[in-house]
Amino acid sequence: MYVVIAGCGRVGSGIAKVLVAEGHDVTVIDEDADSFELLGDDFPGQFVTGAALDWDVLKEAGIEGADAFVAVTDGDNTNIVCAQIAQRKFGVTCAVARVYDPARAELFASTGVRTVCPTRDARSLLLDAVHSCQLPQREV
Amino acid sequence: MFVLIVGAGKVGLNTARSLTHMGHEVIVVEQRRMRYDLLLPELEEKLLFGDGTEIYVLEKAGIGRADMVVAVTGDDEDNVIISEMARLKYNVPKVVARVNNPRNQATFDLLGVDATVCAATMLISMIQHELPVHKYVPLLKFKREGVELVELQVGEESPFANRTIRDIQLPDGVLLIAILRADETLLARGSETLLPDDHVLCLLDPGREKELIHIFLPSERPEDVQAETGIDMLTD
Repeated sequence: MYVVIAGCGRVGSGIAKVLVAEGHDVTVIDEDADSFELLGDDFPGQFVTGAALDWDVLKEAGIEGADAFVAVTDGDNTNIVCAQIAQRKFGVTCAVARVYDPARAELFASTGVRTVCPTRDARSLLLDAVHSCQLPQREV
Repeated sequence: MFVLIVGAGKVGLNTARSLTHMGHEVIVVEQRRMRYDLLLPELEEKLLFGDGTEIYVLEKAGIGRADMVVAVTGDDEDNVIISEMARLKYNVPKVVARVNNPRNQATFDLLGVDATVCAATMLISMIQHELPVHKYVPLLKFKREGVELVELQVGEESPFANRTIRDIQLPDGVLLIAILRADETLLARGSETLLPDDHVLCLLDPGREKELIHIFLPSERPEDVQAETGIDMLTD
């Protein structure tokens, strides 16, 4: 499949590398041309410099033929808006947005945006980790 | 009315001042600490510190009872999100958003943010209106109301040139309201005659522009005339 990823940070570059290793075609968008380095020298996919909110940049990244779109820039609002553009303008049904704020993640999920909330996931993972320590019960 | 304004830059601050002066209740949300400190002596309890794209901040500001939300931060993605949340979650009756970068206008339109104001586009329209030579200027668009105001030159070869207004047949959905000739403005009365190189002000239903350009400037291609404004090519 063909995947466009907006945001080439640790997460964006990480999933880009996994997806190309799985044999998928990937294009990564980032405003910072230097962030390309995170993909490594042997990255076989494409890289586009620009703002993912810009429709021309999305088109340059091949959004029109994309099977999936992942928005993982450092801004929650940018991610939500980009995912909606991918979905509603360019017909990418699998458009996923990372949203750190659990409240906004939930609200926009209810409107049909696929949101992933690392904050909520981290909370439950951390709680699980604490619970699994089998600490002695204390009287309250 | 109770109006919630997000962003206390020049636009937000002056909107707050003007609405307060008119007797409306106003609250302004600002997330930059220095700007907040600077404006606190003037706005006092009308100013709230926080990120206006956070739901708890909007609720603290009283979005639940807002008659109108005005999203005028310097970031278009924030203005889009504030507008969407105001409409989707709080059913705010009126939402107005600022478009900072004209290239993002299409995104506001796509996501249903109807009432937008783009200073750059409006300034360019007004500057083109002042230029000695211009064929077509889109002056104002009221999206929600579905009406536009445009200015057009009467080409020499136009079938309307040298004819009185009562003798011409304008297409449906177009109203000719005034003639701009040299330094005078004439209301479009039936007895007035359209002269070549006059400019006309027309109110029209959206989507009638091409038809209108075809009538007034028949030797031009509508696409070229519209592209000449350059408004579609604006960038940061």
